Parts: sequence; structure tokens; C-alpha cells
Amino acid sequence: MNDLARLEAINPGRRAFLKAGAVAGGGLLIGFHLPLAKRAGEAEAAANEFVPNAWIRIDANDTVTLRVASSEMGQGVYTAIPMLLAEELECDWAHIKVEMAPADKAYFNPIIGMQLTGGSTAVRAFWTPLRQAGAAGRDLLIRAAAQTWKVKEDECRAENGVVLHKTSNLKASYGELAAKAATLPVPSEVFLKEPGEFKLIGKSTARLDTPLKVNGSAVFGMDVKLPGLLTAVVARCPVFGGKPKKFDATRAKSVPGVSQVLSVHSGIAVVADSFWAAQQARAALAVEWDEGANAKLDSAAIRRQLERALKKKGVTARNDGDAAKALKAASKRIEAVYEAPYLAHACMEPMNCTAVVKKNSCELWVPTQNQTAAQFVAAQITGLPIEKVKVNTTFLGGGFGRRGEQDFVAEAVQLAMTTGAPVKLVWTREDDMHHDYYRPATLNRLTATLNKDGMPLAWRHEIAGGSIFSRVFPNSIKNGIDRTSVEGAANLPYAIPNLQVTWVMENGAVPLGFWRSVGSSQNAFITECFLDELAAAAGKDPYVYRRALLARHPRHLGVLELAAREAGWGTPLPAARTRGIAVAEAFGSYCAQVAEVTVEGGQVRVPRVVCAIDCGMTVNPDTVVAQMESGIVYGLTAALKGEITLKNGRVEQGNFNDYPLLRLDEMPQIEVHIVKSSAHPGGVGEPGTPPIAPAVANAVFAATGKPVRKLPIRV
Amino acid sequence: MISLSVNGEARDLEVDPATPLLWVLRDALGLTGTKYSCGIAVCGACTVHVDGAPVRACVTPLSAVAGKSITTIEGLSQDSSHPVQRAWIALDVPQCGYCQSGQIMAAAALLARNPKPTDADIDQVMSGVLCRCGTYSRIRRAIKQAAELKAKGA
Repeated sequence: MNDLARLEAINPGRRAFLKAGAVAGGGLLIGFHLPLAKRAGEAEAAANEFVPNAWIRIDANDTVTLRVASSEMGQGVYTAIPMLLAEELECDWAHIKVEMAPADKAYFNPIIGMQLTGGSTAVRAFWTPLRQAGAAGRDLLIRAAAQTWKVKEDECRAENGVVLHKTSNLKASYGELAAKAATLPVPSEVFLKEPGEFKLIGKSTARLDTPLKVNGSAVFGMDVKLPGLLTAVVARCPVFGGKPKKFDATRAKSVPGVSQVLSVHSGIAVVADSFWAAQQARAALAVEWDEGANAKLDSAAIRRQLERALKKKGVTARNDGDAAKALKAASKRIEAVYEAPYLAHACMEPMNCTAVVKKNSCELWVPTQNQTAAQFVAAQITGLPIEKVKVNTTFLGGGFGRRGEQDFVAEAVQLAMTTGAPVKLVWTREDDMHHDYYRPATLNRLTATLNKDGMPLAWRHEIAGGSIFSRVFPNSIKNGIDRTSVEGAANLPYAIPNLQVTWVMENGAVPLGFWRSVGSSQNAFITECFLDELAAAAGKDPYVYRRALLARHPRHLGVLELAAREAGWGTPLPAARTRGIAVAEAFGSYCAQVAEVTVEGGQVRVPRVVCAIDCGMTVNPDTVVAQMESGIVYGLTAALKGEITLKNGRVEQGNFNDYPLLRLDEMPQIEVHIVKSSAHPGGVGEPGTPPIAPAVANAVFAATGKPVRKLPIRV
Repeated sequence: MISLSVNGEARDLEVDPATPLLWVLRDALGLTGTKYSCGIAVCGACTVHVDGAPVRACVTPLSAVAGKSITTIEGLSQDSSHPVQRAWIALDVPQCGYCQSGQIMAAAALLARNPKPTDADIDQVMSGVLCRCGTYSRIRRAIKQAAELKAKGA
């Protein structure tokens, strides 16, 4: 489905202006007004157009409602975004209400230009505008109080949901002031606090979603309930690109509770009054597939395809000095081939979407990372105008990039439209693993030469692999480069005078997608492990070697030194343990990790990881710690276990028995150290992932003397 | 018809006896706190208590629990006051939260049987419940804290 590409073409990215408005019953709304150019089919703005677009709503009864437009998938935005709003609003944190925003242009992520949660951008993108929205609300409430009391504004201050007059005992709650505030003009300029004045931001704050997640009341997509709701499962061809040849619905329809068997774009759907009935009936469909051109595809053939691609001349993503010349000149030359496998996302909650389609409206309840695309896809399928598609974002049982895709949304909308009933489309675990958009497999050739002191004189990194952008955002491919394929490689921070990074796009039948930390997830492994090979060839300590090459990159150096110091780099270890170190910049943050490993009986264990993160100013430090733990476990699972393979055109893995996840007894002791910083916030959802695979692989190299050049790590 | 008790309430069900308990809870009874993730008893997201013992609801047919007493996450306490829930809140254990009902039910069953679990006890029992977000460190700490809360009778 190429709808996202069309979406990308109309991506607005315009500047938004603060706006305030009234709400029935005497309340105040604060949001952004988007000066959008009208397009065909776009509804005329109603007088109250602002109402659905608000970030802040203050009701006369003192209820303060803060909206979150980023999807909560574990990373803590359901708490961090309200913290940004509340910091400047000076409302009473203990009594706020939080709700998920609907799909609307007013909630577009300013970095991405869509309502999309990805790229570790939520806090970075909303850091300034949401504090401005909060400050505008505070300013209006203070002015409303000053005018009511006939005192000067600067004699008033706001605190905990109340405006106080400094020299008298006058005070009024936000609810009491809201109606008046809504009649005042929005300030053209607002003053934001200095970081030293923050009351909430930078302080570890209890997550607002935790109470819902310890008693079963949090509603994930799987948990949506509607009157008359039917459940659907779809039989899809196990071979990529195949389609149904014939099937027999007779037995399926005889399963009690089954109402319909019908075709959708992706296969044959069974609709029933329960999941169990639908699943039983699907098993009885006896579909015969036309497996198409990929019927014989397997991992070995894909490997050969990448080998051929690696012989082609790639496009140049970076070119410093003259690598070709320098690679010929120097005496000590190191060459290695690195590879990374396809990976599945394996969110704990399999894909699902609930849809209701009526003549003039469509409503979705969906655990999605991309509300804008969900709305767009539903509009395309139903033929309805975009604003007639309502998107309710549930909690997400994991996302990791998978839930930015719209395949499950499209199926649900088609089924709801055809049946005329509310339909919950549910994927089984096997559906989820067999029909993912996988982390691209790549093959890499690295070549380097060292000068007489053992320091790198030239570095060439040739990458061959598939492109995610070519499917999802083709307009974002610039000069032939998909930046997600070279991120973590083209931005190599080391001082190497002759440095070349090239990329050959080699797409195949396997669908590719964004996987937590995307290109950096594997390029950090490849570059950081190869750097350890150079250090070994030079006879130098890998930490000392990196330090010498990072003199002009203080933030890389800062986390590297912090991680090394806290890990006791260079100090004796318990018997049979070795250390490895790695550093990576990704999504605006800098992260270094030191892993301690043991290699025994062919098994790698990781008892300890020390992590240093510089993500600029932090909003909720405990969430930063949790996200480092999370990113490390995600990357460690991949490093030790993760591999999707193909045979006869099919993904061979189907469930957690053959695509195992890290278990609690394999969990390292993780120590996270956050660098104090006044820099603009960086991302935290993904930067913890890239360094772990190379830190572990380098520790294995230290243990065995044999470089690890392929994931998952096998000894 | 199959009769059983769910969270202290008697239930009579006209459901195919081969239906896994998980789908009886979720689809027939509307108790969606118990989660589906693997369907083959590998991940533990569907863990509930049957007569106090932890059971994988996704592979337990309804017929196997006739006459028994089932506790789900919704019935662990009325007000999230079970020591495991309180420890989970205190340490902000959940991230995405999808596996957490299973984690909490497994931890509650562990503490009911073994009020002072060692690290090895925790590793052994809790390694059966998968989490993709990496909440394992906090789960370990929260179980220790819940054990203390329980010992104090708090």
C-alpha cells in the first residue's frame, strides 16, 4: 500500500499559532490554530473549529484536561507530554485528567509533519510548543484574575491551579477564572521559565498510566468493546506476494458463531462472534494458494542477492578525503564482511484494529503509531472525507515501529465496510510474525588502513540492503540515499581523514519497516565492532583508541568516559568475564555502554551493562532510565537470539518458541547514568538500543579473540 | 452448561467446552485484563489463578476448569491494594503494560506459595513470563518489595 507516499507529498509542516477559546459551561481551551490552505474536499472551518484541536481544557468545575497526541507504547509519553503542558500552566498535577487526542492536523508532530509517534521525537518535537501552550493558559488566567480584581497583572501569580494576588488574600481557582479568560485575546508572546525554575520537568514523576496497567483496566486495541462487535481473522498467503487460488468456506461457515467468510485485499477473512470461533473457522478454510514468484525464495538466495549487490557501485553517503587512494597507500590493511539478519518486531500485543463504517462516517479504535496515516487509509478505502474518519488511539502493547504501518487498519476498514457491522480484526502471534515489515537484512564490506601509529588513515564502509523509505516515504530518498539505511554509518564520529560510506539499494520480496532505532540498530554493531578490530590490529585498548578519535566530539566523549568510569574499565573482573564498549549517537542523543560477558559452552551471558546517556535536558528521569533498560533489552534480545529466516518463500519463525525473547533469568544488571545537560532534549525511546549489540560483541571478541561479524552472536 | 467461579462470582456458561479459558474470560465474560499474546503457553501473558495456582489460560480448555475458582487480574484485589500491585505502582514497573497482568498474577502466585523468594526462586518462576519492554529488573525489585509489604501485613 503506497498511500503513505501520497500522504508524504501533502505533508504540510506549517507553523502553528496559539489560540484560545471558550467551552460550553464556562471553560477555557488552549490550542494551536493552523493556518491551513484549503484543499478540495476539506470542510469549511466552523466557528468552533478550535474545539476539537485543544491541548488544554479547563472546565468551570476546576477539571484540567490535558491531551496527549503521541501514542503511549511504553515509552512514557502519556506522562511526559502532560508534564510539558502542566509545567507552564501551573495547574495542580495531582488533579489533572489526561486523554488521548483525536486524529487532527492540530496534533501533527512538528518534526515529522504527521501525527506519528516515531523517531524518538515526541518530547523533542513538543518541547517548545506545549510549554508555550501552557504558558499562554497561565497568562490568560492571570489576566482574567487581574481584571476581575482590578489589580495589576504583575501583582498576581499562578500556582497549583489557583491565581493569587501577592499583596492581599485574593485568590481564585482556574475553574472560576476560565470563562473570563476565554474572552481575552491570546498573548502574542509568552515567557517560558528558565530550566532552573522547573517544578515538574527534570524530576522523576510517577507514570500516569501505571495504575491502569496493574489492575487490567488499561484498554489496549485488543480490549475494545462495542455493542454487536464481531471478531475477524484473515488467512493470508504464507508466501510474500502470493494470493488465494481457491478455498472452501463450507466447513468454516459451519463453525458455530461464524457469520461470514469473505475476501479482503490481503486474503480470506472469517468473521465470527468470538475470536475462538473465527480462528477455528479459519483453520477449516483449506485455502489453496497461488504462491507466485517467491515460492522458492530462501535465506541463502537472499544472501547471494546481497553478495551480488555488494559488488555493484553504490551511491556515496559520505566522502571525506580520498579513501580509495589512502586504502592503497598504507601498509596495514584490515578487511571484513559484516552482516545483520531480518528481524521481527514481536510486539507483545499482536496487530489489531476495530472499525465501524457507516454511510457518512468511519470510526477506528486502534493501537497505532500513526493516526494521520490511519485516518488517510480509512478515508481512501471508504471514499469518505478525511475529517469523517475518527481515530481513537488505545494503549499500544508495544510499537517499536511496527504500529506505524496500516496493513491491519486497511483490513479492519474493509471488513467493517463490507459487513456493515463493528469488526475487530485480530492477528494471531503467527500472523504477526509471518507478515511483519522486517528490519532489513544487510551485507557490509569494511576496509581500513592504519598509519604507522596504528590510528585509522582510511575507512570504507560499503552497505548493501533493502530500503524502508522506498516503500514508505519515497520522496524522502535524497540523492539516491535512504538515510535510514546509512544512519549510524555515514555519521561515524571518529577522526579518520579518508572516510567513505556507500550504499547499494537491493530490495527484494521481504517487506521492510522501521525497527526500534532503525539503521543505527545494525550500523552501530557493524561500525563499532570493526573499530574494535582496528584497535586490536593496532594493539591498543578499544576505550583508549576511541577516546583518541573522539577529541572533537565532546558529547560522544562524555558518555564514553562516563560509562567507562562507572564500569571500572581497565580494573580486574571476576574470572571468565570480559568487557566490551561501544558508543553511538542516534535520534539527537548520545549513548555509550559497557557490557560484561561470559562465554561458556558456546553460550554468551551478559551479567552486567553500564549505560551512560546524554539526551540533553530530561523531562522524566525515571522514564529515561526505564527507556535505557528497555532499549538495551530490545537490542540484547536481537544480538543474542534474533533472526528471521526464509524457506520456500515463507518466514520460518512463527511464535516465541522459535523466535525467542530475552527472559528474566537472562536479564543483566543494568546501571544507567544520565549526563546532566542544558542542551535541547534528544530522544530516549531508541538511543539505548544501538550500542548494546556491539558492546556485547566486543566483549565476546575480547573473550575469544575472534571478531563477531554476524548477528545474532554465535560462538 | 459449565459452571465455575470467576473472581468470586458464580458463572454458568453456554460455551463450547473446548474453548480456551482465555477466550471465555475475554469474549464471553468481558474480562479483558487477561491478555492474548502467543496462544501456545510460551509467554505467560494470559496467566490467571485456578484454585490459587497459576495457569496459562490460553491452553486451558473451559472443560478443565468446571467447578473451579478462577481469579483474574480484575479480581486480585478490589482497589489495587494487593502487595504485588502496590509494589508495582511504587516502582513504576510497567512500560507498554501488555504483559503486566500476567507478570502480576505470576508474582502473586509465587508469593502466596513462597512468601520470601530468593533471587533464584524469582528467576525460576518469572522467567516464564515474557516482557518485550525490558521491565525485568523492576519486576525483580518489585517482588522483593511486595514480599516485604506482605510480611509486614501492610
